[in-house]
Order: sequence, then C-alpha cells, then structure tokens
Amino acid sequence: MSQKPQLRVPGAPARPGEKPDFSYLKLSQAGSVDKPAVHAPVSDTEYLSKQLVRVLDDNGVAQGSWNPGLSVEKLRHGLKLMLAVRAFDDRMLKVHRQGKISFYIQCRGEEAISIAQGLALREGDMLFPSYRNQGLYFARERPVVDLMCQCLSNARDMCRGRQLPIMYHWKEKNIFSISGNLTTQVPQAVGWAMASAIKGEDHLAVTWTGEGSTAESDYHNALTFANVYQAPCIINVVNNQWAISTFQGIAGGQDSPFAARGPGYGMPGIRVDGNDFLAIYAVTEWAAERARTGGGPTLIEHVTYRASAHSTSDDPTRYRAKDEQDHFPLGDPVERLKKHLVGLGVWTQEEHDELITKLDASMVDSWQEALSYGTTEEGSSFAVDSMFDDVYKDIPDHLVAQREKLKRQLQNQ
Amino acid sequence: MAKMNMVQALNSAMDVMMERDPTVIVMGQDVGYFGGVFNCTAGLQERYGEKRVFDTPISEAGIVGTAIGMGVNGLRPVAEIQFADYIYPAFDQIVSELARLRYRSAGDFTSPVTLRSPCGGGIRGGQTHSQSPEGIFTHICGIKVVMPSNPYDAKGLLIASIEDDDPVVFFEPKRLYNGPFFGNPKQPASTWASHPKGEVDEGYYSLPIGKADVVRSGSDLTIITYGTMVHVCEAVVRDNELDAEIIDLRSMLPLDIDTLVKSVDKTGRCLIVHEATRFSGFGAELSAQIQERCFWNLSAPIQRVTGWDTPYPHAFEWEYFPGPSRIIAAIEKVMRESA
Repeated sequence: MSQKPQLRVPGAPARPGEKPDFSYLKLSQAGSVDKPAVHAPVSDTEYLSKQLVRVLDDNGVAQGSWNPGLSVEKLRHGLKLMLAVRAFDDRMLKVHRQGKISFYIQCRGEEAISIAQGLALREGDMLFPSYRNQGLYFARERPVVDLMCQCLSNARDMCRGRQLPIMYHWKEKNIFSISGNLTTQVPQAVGWAMASAIKGEDHLAVTWTGEGSTAESDYHNALTFANVYQAPCIINVVNNQWAISTFQGIAGGQDSPFAARGPGYGMPGIRVDGNDFLAIYAVTEWAAERARTGGGPTLIEHVTYRASAHSTSDDPTRYRAKDEQDHFPLGDPVERLKKHLVGLGVWTQEEHDELITKLDASMVDSWQEALSYGTTEEGSSFAVDSMFDDVYKDIPDHLVAQREKLKRQLQNQ
Repeated sequence: MAKMNMVQALNSAMDVMMERDPTVIVMGQDVGYFGGVFNCTAGLQERYGEKRVFDTPISEAGIVGTAIGMGVNGLRPVAEIQFADYIYPAFDQIVSELARLRYRSAGDFTSPVTLRSPCGGGIRGGQTHSQSPEGIFTHICGIKVVMPSNPYDAKGLLIASIEDDDPVVFFEPKRLYNGPFFGNPKQPASTWASHPKGEVDEGYYSLPIGKADVVRSGSDLTIITYGTMVHVCEAVVRDNELDAEIIDLRSMLPLDIDTLVKSVDKTGRCLIVHEATRFSGFGAELSAQIQERCFWNLSAPIQRVTGWDTPYPHAFEWEYFPGPSRIIAAIEKVMRESA
C-alpha cells in the first residue's frame, strides 16, 4: 500500500482489442433471492440491493418466490411487444442511415425493462421516461406511425417540430415529455407523486434514468424528497454498464451497487436482472403495490447491457470490446423470454420468425404512412409562426413583434 | 382596507389564494411551522395543514424540480427560495425544464409554478444575501419575472403570479419588507404605515403582470427603475425638487415598453436605476430598447446607475449601493448633456 493518497480513476474491464470481462458483476442464482412482504421494513429488504433478483434460469425455467405467475397470454404479449420495439428500432436505424431522420437512439438489449414495467403498471400511473424507454409507448399502445412522425418533425409530430427525434410525449396516456437534459425528470416524477399523495389519489409516478446520470445532483435531490415525503413512486436506474464511452465505475458503481443507494436514503433498493422479463415484472409489481398502499418509494437497479451504440452519433467500437455483448452473463432479454415460452410449449421458433417478418413488414408500411405526413427534406409542415407559440400560454407583445418581423423577412426573400 | 407591510401583504396574497383555490400549495425551507425566515408564510400551515404548507429539504433544485412535477399533476405550487442568492442550484430546473416544458411538449404539459425569492441588499447581508439576479432570469424564454416595490403591488402581483398559467419568478426586495427605504441608512427606518401603498385590500384583487406604474409624472426626465430603487429615486427627486417622471417597472418580463417609450418621447432624457450589477444587467436591455425606439427624441445619452460589477461586499455596503449621490450625479449628467 502506498503511503500517499492515490487518485483512483476507475477503468473499464475491457477496451477494444481486449477480452471482454464481466467478472465484476455479482450474480445470484435464479430463484435464490427471497421475496419480502410488500410492507417489510426497509432494514428487512437491504439484501435485495446487494444480490440480484432473477426468475428465469439458464434453461428458461421460472424459479423461486419472485415468479410473478403471469398468464401465457400476458407472456406472449410481452414477447410480441419486445419484438415490436426491436423491429421499430431496426427500421429507424435504417432510415437514419438513409439520411431520412437526423438522430435516433435504440434500446437494443434493454427492451424487457420498458415492456415488463409498462405492463406491470396501471394506466393512471404517470411515466417519466429517459430517452431509451421507447418500449413504454409500445406497452401503452401508441401507434408507431406517431413515433415516426415525431422523428420526422412532420405535420403529425406531437412536439410540433420543437424536439430532437425520440423525445416523444403522450399526455393522454400519461407519458411525460423528455427533456434531453439528463435526470431532470426524476425530481419532477417525485413531485408528481407528492401531488398524488396530497390529492389523496393512488396513482404512482415511475421514472427511469441511466446509471451514468445518477451522478447528477437532481437524482440525489429526488431520492431525498421521495423518501422524506414517502412519495408514491418508483425510481428506476437502468445500469447498462456504459454511459457513452464511460464505464459505470466512473458513475460510482464500482464499490457499491446503484441499488444500495436506496437503503442509504431510507427506501428499499432492489437489484434486478434487467434482461429477465419475469423478474422485472415481479419487482415492479412489488414496488407498485408497496407505493400504492402507502409504503413509499422504491429504487430499482436493472442490471442490463447497452447492446446498441449510445445513439446514431456514437461508435462503440472505439471504446469497448467488439464482442462484449456475447459475453454478457445475463444474455439477451428477447431470447430469454422466448426460451421460457418455448419451454412452456406455448411458442415456437417458427411463430417467432414469422412474427419478426410480419413486424418488419408492418414497420415498412408504417414508415411509408409517416412519410405521407411530411419528410425532413420538405421541412416543417407547421407554419413558421408556430415557432413563437407555446413559449407562453398567451403570446406576449415582444414575441408578436418578432414573429411579424420574421414574416416580413421571409416575404422579402 | 388595512395597513400592511410587504410581508403581511405577501402573506395575505397566499392566504387569499389558498382559501380560493385548493390546488395552491406552499413549500420551501422553513416555510411551515416557523412561517419562513422573513415570516411571509406565517400562520399558513396552521390554517391549511401540512399537506398544503410544508417545509422542504435544503435543496433548491429539489424544490423546483418537485414543484414542476406537482404543477404537472394539477397543483399550483408557490415555492419559496429563501434568498435569491440561493437560487442557482435550481437554475437548470428553471431554465431547461420549468421555462421550456410548455414549448417542448407543444402545450401538452405545463406547470404553473410561482417561485418567490427575497432579493437585494442594504440589509448587511454580504455577498450571499444581497444579490439582485433578476437580469439573469429575464434572459430566459418562457418564464415571467416580477419585482414589486410596495405592499399593495406585492399582493396584487403575487396573486396574479399564482393565477398565471405560466411560471413566474417573483423577486421580493427584502429591504422593503418592513418599510420603504430612501437610500440613507443613517435615517431612522420608515414603515409602510404612513405610505399610501401600505393600504392594502384584505380580500382578493390582482394586478396585471407586464404593466409598469408611473409613480410620479414629470417633464424634464424619465427615471426607469424597480424594487428598492423606486423609493430611493423618489426621495432624490423630492429632495431636489426635480420635475422627473418615475416609472416602476413592476414586471421585467414581459416588459411594458410602451409606457417607457411614451415617457421618454415626452421628456427626451432617460436615467435607468437598478441595484443589480451593471454589465449585461437589465438596464442594458432597457437602454437598448429605448434608444431603438426613442433615438430621435433623446436630448442626451441614456444613463445607468447600478451596483458596481463586484460581488456585494459586507464592509462597503453603502459605497456599493447605488444611493442618492450617484443618482444625483447621473441626473446632472443626463440633464447637462444635450444632443
């Protein structure tokens, strides 16, 4: 041991050209972690933040007390939605490469989180997503054409051309607007949940953030407020190991799991296999029931892997081992649920392949329909005046003057 | 009507609104049981319960972040930031979230938060209890910025702010809480009891945001000011028997430019006075807008009297404060020079 303080800069286990190494991930056997009572005291739940809640074992068999006992119908629905998200992501990546949209973010490898949680929650629960939660829109059945139109900033863009692609929102079905600044939505979700409690309602707020941006102060403010006021909310940390090129150790994940922040703030923290549809569903159900019945917030860390690039502006081959995903010990969420269903005898490889083909074709059709409402090349379908709308509820005089000035300039061109 | 100081008027505004509208809630550091460090929320928790009036952790970003979420969920939060000097941790939640939520969601999500915050110096507060950061906030699209200068306006404008469907940052010049201040710290402190604007309706009323108040008409020059400096300017004009028109902005964003232009076109001379620092201060915006519109009617260059571009010092508070002597010197300059 050196006698002087040494600056520690946590590094990634493997960079390009090196052998992938996930030995740092502490795993538990499927079914080995006990499920506590919904209103168990926080002190009796602390083990959940250090172990890993898993239901599906390596053979795709559901194990242990966390098995949510979902109907075959629900399981198949979940798998279909995950495949739909994947087909959507594939189509959108293609159209980005064709230069049809300016930006895109895939959620490959993380589909189970948004789909399982979206299905485990109630419609009245308000969702405050991060940018990789497009699955929530599938769980709540938003037509994909609407999402595509947002990415095109065309006439049917719910953001009226104000936002980067993928920053959707859906007021009618309680999915909040994405900021683009990270983790700002987490205290907002807590505030929404506080209001729910103030009004005497039992709607929850549920929010997601990546492990990297848990370093933002907003995240810690949110955990403090959530626990102080026992806000009925679920705060999800999607630990996909990478924040662009930065390994999770830099965000503070090296010595203690992100889930362990939960008990530190006074709430349960659950570390769950983020590629295990059944486990995610089960812990969400547990946390939701606890919050809905006055038990306060829960922090859930989903251990998963970002199989895609961070965004279309990113090239992960520059900073991580190329075949890293193949070595990720928790596998792929779609394959794991498929294996489970095939094992149950309620799904076949043929049905699976057929569905993928069908979904791919439907995404092509949806894309064609989306283009009929306007393309990026054509420019915005909204009148240029609309740039000045919604800054305030009623447009103030100085913006009226600027709007008129712009119109005159455009007329003179 | 009742005699009220500014603290009582602000308290009355929140009381009236909590009574009228069950969605109004009050939150902030020490605002609950204790009633706020300046007493502005005194008695509200007792009257409306701790679900509607509650203390918060010492986390300005947390206060604003959670207030935004409450606003999205149908409440009208009135959040106190204990000193304007402490507002900066919440800056991102204000700039990137509160101000832009309506825009980025094309009007689908909004949050009608009112942020109240005491500002300004002259109270021996040193550099972390004396700042006037309003100019930083007027640069943000999507919020309104208000600063009253007396109890009557404070109540009417705070009620208007709470009722406003857009977010409002409401600065309260704390030097004026207990009485007007005329710029001479050696004079005995005055109270609102003898001031006409200390007469405040006990019931509901509101004043429009974005409407300046011509507090004194005159023909030789226009003095544009707000907050504490309204009273300092009035005292200078009164003591020196000047024929100056004094305009209290009351709201900086939106700005009542028409009232300013009308006055400067009439007088041909303009002095801008604020306590905040000078460089890129709100006076710069005022000066630019007025010269754009009144250039051919100006008899002299527009002058500004402001705080110096230093932090607000503890020891040299009155050398820092843009008091009567600096205002008189600027008036002499603006009157002497001619086009």
